[in-house]
Amino acid sequence: MSKYLKTVDSEWFRQRLTLVMVCVVAAAVILILRLIFLQIIKGQEYRRMSLNNSIRLQSIDAPRGLIFDRNGNLLVDNRPSFDLYISMKDARPVEDTIGRLATHASLDMTELTGRVDGVRGAAYHRPQLLKRDIGRNALAVVAAHRYDLPGIDIQIQRLRNYIHSGLAAHLLGYIGEINTKELQREAYADCRAGDLIGKFGVERTLEDYLRGERGGRQVEVNANGQVVRVLRTVPARSGHNVFLTIDSRLQQRAEELMKDKAGAAIALDPTSGEILALASAPAFDQNDFISGLSRDKWNALVNNPHRPLENKAIQGEYPPASTYKIITAMAGLQEGVITPDETIFCPGHYRFGKRNYRCWRRGGHGKVDLIKAIAESCDVYFYQVGQRLGIDRLAWYAKAAGLGTATGIELGHEGKGIVPNATWKKKRTGIAWQPGETLSVAIGQGFNLVTPLQMAVFTAAVANGGVRFRPTLVKRVVSWDGNEILSNTPRVAGRLPVSPETLTLVQKGMWEVVQGDRGTARIARLKDTQISGKTGTAQVVSREKIEESEDGASVHKYKDHAWFVAYAPSDAPRLAIAVIVEHGEHGSSAAAPVARELIKTYLEAPADPPVMAVGAGGPRNG
Amino acid sequence: MVDRRYLTYFDWGLLALTFLLASIGLMTLYSAVMAGAPTPQKALFTKQLIWYGIGLVAMLVCILFNYKLMERYAWLIYGGGIGLLLWVMFFGKTIGGSSRWIVFGPISLQPSELAKITVIIILARYYGKYVSGRGFTLKGLQVPVIMTLVPFLLIVRQPDLGTAGLIGLIAASMTLFVKIEKRTLLFIMGSGVAMALPMWFFFLKEYQRQRILTFINPDRDPLGAGYHIIQSKIAIGSGFLTGKGFLEGTQNALSFLPEQHTDFIFSVLAEEWGFLGAIILIFAFLVFIFWALNIAYSCRDPFGTILAVGITAMIAWQAVINMGMVMGLMPVVGVPLPFISYGGSSLLTTMISVGILLNISMRRFMIE
Repeated sequence: MSKYLKTVDSEWFRQRLTLVMVCVVAAAVILILRLIFLQIIKGQEYRRMSLNNSIRLQSIDAPRGLIFDRNGNLLVDNRPSFDLYISMKDARPVEDTIGRLATHASLDMTELTGRVDGVRGAAYHRPQLLKRDIGRNALAVVAAHRYDLPGIDIQIQRLRNYIHSGLAAHLLGYIGEINTKELQREAYADCRAGDLIGKFGVERTLEDYLRGERGGRQVEVNANGQVVRVLRTVPARSGHNVFLTIDSRLQQRAEELMKDKAGAAIALDPTSGEILALASAPAFDQNDFISGLSRDKWNALVNNPHRPLENKAIQGEYPPASTYKIITAMAGLQEGVITPDETIFCPGHYRFGKRNYRCWRRGGHGKVDLIKAIAESCDVYFYQVGQRLGIDRLAWYAKAAGLGTATGIELGHEGKGIVPNATWKKKRTGIAWQPGETLSVAIGQGFNLVTPLQMAVFTAAVANGGVRFRPTLVKRVVSWDGNEILSNTPRVAGRLPVSPETLTLVQKGMWEVVQGDRGTARIARLKDTQISGKTGTAQVVSREKIEESEDGASVHKYKDHAWFVAYAPSDAPRLAIAVIVEHGEHGSSAAAPVARELIKTYLEAPADPPVMAVGAGGPRNG
Repeated sequence: MVDRRYLTYFDWGLLALTFLLASIGLMTLYSAVMAGAPTPQKALFTKQLIWYGIGLVAMLVCILFNYKLMERYAWLIYGGGIGLLLWVMFFGKTIGGSSRWIVFGPISLQPSELAKITVIIILARYYGKYVSGRGFTLKGLQVPVIMTLVPFLLIVRQPDLGTAGLIGLIAASMTLFVKIEKRTLLFIMGSGVAMALPMWFFFLKEYQRQRILTFINPDRDPLGAGYHIIQSKIAIGSGFLTGKGFLEGTQNALSFLPEQHTDFIFSVLAEEWGFLGAIILIFAFLVFIFWALNIAYSCRDPFGTILAVGITAMIAWQAVINMGMVMGLMPVVGVPLPFISYGGSSLLTTMISVGILLNISMRRFMIE
């Protein structure tokens, strides 16, 4: 037995093992002492607590942040909704309690019973939602009969309230219940099923600022399930308040002007890229989404041919038409293929290859120089500039003007548009580029597609001397207790690659469009303010097609889209605008007056004093 | 293969203790899955019974061969454990954000549980070879630290912080058992503090500090861990002296207890059987641990002694941490109570450990 050779003797191991045993005994003593404390010393108290099952968790929802306009006018807040809850365990006998509740508060008995049957299988001790938004009268009755209604509880939930129904609907967006897919995303990690989150517009893109942090409390309840004591509370943190860059007066005006039309109007500050108004028509009322949309209303929205749910300012992609001539002119001058003084004769059409390309004015413009070409939007002049430039150079300038890429505004689903060139066409259609197509592109037809916002941002860049800002909707973000979380500083997205001389010439041409004797948008003139701009008339189908169709151009859906881009005042611009009216026919008659009225509202009419002081906090959590 | 003498020396006492603990465990689990929840989860009880069957077989296999073979093949066993952990890292099934599981048909296994034993074996081999009585210095500790760190990091990655921490604790216990040279020990503790302090004050962000404080003291999180602990304390305390009776625990039946069949099963026992039931379980564990330490003592071979100590440390730490946690003495970590908590891999590991202890015990007089 003992012939085994040990590296250390067993006596040494015995000592070590004794040490281990001391530790084990010490741990056991601690556990036993704790057990004595819990079960014998405090046993009675815990027994009482367990018999009542009296410790509950209640969650405190965090109020969502408020949304203001740039002047501190409140646009979106929260209103209380009084919701009825039932704790099945405390409400027994449930049928009797429900019956009394229905009589007292004049609620529909069958609806309540149906709801109760629906939640019967769910967590027994947890309050279940019985009815949402019962209204103040029912609330008063239920509160008065509280002791007759065991297990019935009222919880106040905040519902989103869009103060000016329908105002800036596409921009503000709406909220809705989180869905299963969203629940799995990292960004919504602290959300639970049933939570309301932003679904569209800035409600969605600014979700992280607007959503607060849920709190909760540990409470002790009595046998009726009513709270007798709050043990611990973790306060909820309200969401941050957001001040948008929009001017609600201008926004309202833009929506009035676009009423009964389909299209979009955008106004921004050319010195900073801040959006002052962004309207898309037709619109919808966000409040309908909050209390639940009826099937009919939803179908009406979805099936409307004018697509009210789409934000046309950023999602709508249209041919830029003659507004694109600003880019062709800049490219031509900068590349030296034309000089400002060179004149081109316009007989009303231009022969290229086997085809005859027409000018919009059948009779022709006669001798045309650059300024006149812009002012009177001569197609023949720009056909030739485009031909001299070639598609690749044209496309390069278009890209530098910000076309073909999303502007990066804080809204979802932004369109990118298309800047066509030979490679793009080959990839897309498999057909080689035809030289004639360059001519169409040069006057903004063909494969060109732009969003109204892209045109607005580009116009602002022309106005401010060539700086292309990234457009923004967010002026400031402020926490409920007044700390500034974020303050917007203009961000430059790019610069127009043209010399100051080129830019001055283009600006002169755009001034002539409105202020000149023969400009296409003389209709947009204002008494006190000088305006520069460019009209556009975008063909929906080719002219030949219209002529082929039986009823001709009178059919609404074949009518041209009307464009107008502008800035004012011409010498020191404070406003840049893009307007598109779908099937509005002529840029001058349909779109230019909208821009004129916006400029008038913003620059000439005195502003109202703000309704609410800037920086005023929202409601605290509660 | 199995000498008749082994039967003579077979450790019936340890086997009886195992059956006692298993019976307490199955009884409590029955209550936890049957009395709670609107739909009784009887399937869990049946599954646990099957796992006990598998565990018994594994235990028997573990006594068939001489445990010294494990010393010879320690690296192979260790490598196998690491292999399984790597497998789970690449092909493991992800449940609730962490990938811990290998699935073979109806059976799913957590390699991290088995890794505990493989680390114990490899450390026992190393320490058995180099233990000298003078204590290990930094130089001698390099190899065992790496041996522990590899599976530790793989398990942290899963992430399963409870099991990873446990492996660290077991390794530390074994190392302290074979003695660390005094100055080395002081140096390790000193540098630990010297590193932790600047970490705490300079490198951790405020929210990270808050998270650690909440982990140490669940009371700081009254809506999460703190709520679970208060319900658990109510369950245990309300058991009073003799308990509410089998299947009568109200905290259990009304699902106030979180994870009542796994991590919080001790609360179910203490609620239904009171102080008497709980103290019986604690004593059963105490006797089991002393019995296992006695096996370590009677073994005349350093490998066997250290192996037995490692296994004892594993079971003791789990029992202390789990019971301490549900009684509100310790942070809330996912550590199961050996023999009692529901869970196949944990049970299998425990039964294999018992098998190894029986093996060491019955070969204590066999010197070859």
